[in-house]
Amino acid sequence: MAEMQVEDKGKKGKKPKQKKHATRVDLTPMVDLGFLLITFFMLTTSMLKPQTMEISVPSKDKVEEDEQNKVKASQAITVLIGKENKLYYYFGAQENGVDPELILTDYSSEGIRKMLVSKNAEVMNNVNQLKLDKANRKVSDEEYRQKLTDYKAAKSAPTIVIKAADESNYKNLVDVLDEMNICNIGRYAIVDITPYDLGLIDKKTPPAK
Amino acid sequence: MPKVKVPRKSTTVDMTAMCDVAFLLLTFFMLTSNFVAKEPIVVAIPSSVSEFKIPERDIATVLIDKDGKVFFGLDTQQDRKEVLDNVGKAYSIAFSEKELIEFSKIGSSGVPIEKMKAFLALKPEARDSKDAAIGIPADSLNNQFRVWMKTARQVNRNLRLAIKADSETPYKVIKSVMTTLQDINENRYNLITSLKEVSTK
Repeated sequence: MAEMQVEDKGKKGKKPKQKKHATRVDLTPMVDLGFLLITFFMLTTSMLKPQTMEISVPSKDKVEEDEQNKVKASQAITVLIGKENKLYYYFGAQENGVDPELILTDYSSEGIRKMLVSKNAEVMNNVNQLKLDKANRKVSDEEYRQKLTDYKAAKSAPTIVIKAADESNYKNLVDVLDEMNICNIGRYAIVDITPYDLGLIDKKTPPAK
Repeated sequence: MPKVKVPRKSTTVDMTAMCDVAFLLLTFFMLTSNFVAKEPIVVAIPSSVSEFKIPERDIATVLIDKDGKVFFGLDTQQDRKEVLDNVGKAYSIAFSEKELIEFSKIGSSGVPIEKMKAFLALKPEARDSKDAAIGIPADSLNNQFRVWMKTARQVNRNLRLAIKADSETPYKVIKSVMTTLQDINENRYNLITSLKEVSTK
């Protein structure tokens, strides 16, 4: 490519014969340059776009209507995010002055996930079946999305109320939201922690000696 | 016995093909890449299983570092200029054209508005220093973050909001940012995370 054959047409002797110059160019420096630039671009670019987790919170007006009370206390599971990466949950709410039992758990798959999966078993089964169908191309994308929303909105599905203490960190919150995704929980809300919940945690934590 | 003559071969290899490949790759990388945006602070984002990708355009990023400092960034230069102009007006600070252009070159900023003029007068190298990263005041007394966010929404209606916070950020800070967003009716936003593999079993 880079070399071109310069053919002399063999006309005899009218002009003095010019010396044949090879038109071949050494491309090595150009290749060097090319790879140098490639390296530069590879190192400075971000090919991977970060993932995001989309959340929507109720608008202010709805909160003022006291959305929190609409959640049926008996069906709700309250997850408390405490300080020092501690995680607690309890079922229902205070009834007739009896506190619900606060259970200490953790962020591992044996901890909160196990509890959520067992509470949400029906939806989990449906969704897993649906995912299988999708993998086998039995359902279209449109149907898949429709059904997924339907399953998640099932009546039997639990409602999760997430309450984070001020001392907990952002990672804890993201982890809990992540569990909601993993366990296909459609109804959850992030709510401010109340003094009552903090009191429950205090009672649960053995007093420091 | 005469020796078998080994024909002399030239040791130069034709580099043309290699050159072609190199420049092909170069073109590919140049076209597909977008540069890593420079951020004023280093943020270690938490991981999640969420696989949604962040959209490419019309993004407002709220950066929160682990000390609770808040930074605000927009993705187009035009938006940045307009937003600074309008935020300046809200605090009756007039920015010159030169300052606006200077600001439009900064990806995300975290300087209180009253110090913005001094900050823009600095040399670009000096802006990266730790002292310059103060953070936008976002407490209830002086909620400049709210003004930034509101202005950005007025300037670009299609803006999508992304929160990029450090894993170690106390929830208190996140809560105050979320409450501010709720106050101005920003009810949908994205939390930026990195991908984590997980088994559901």
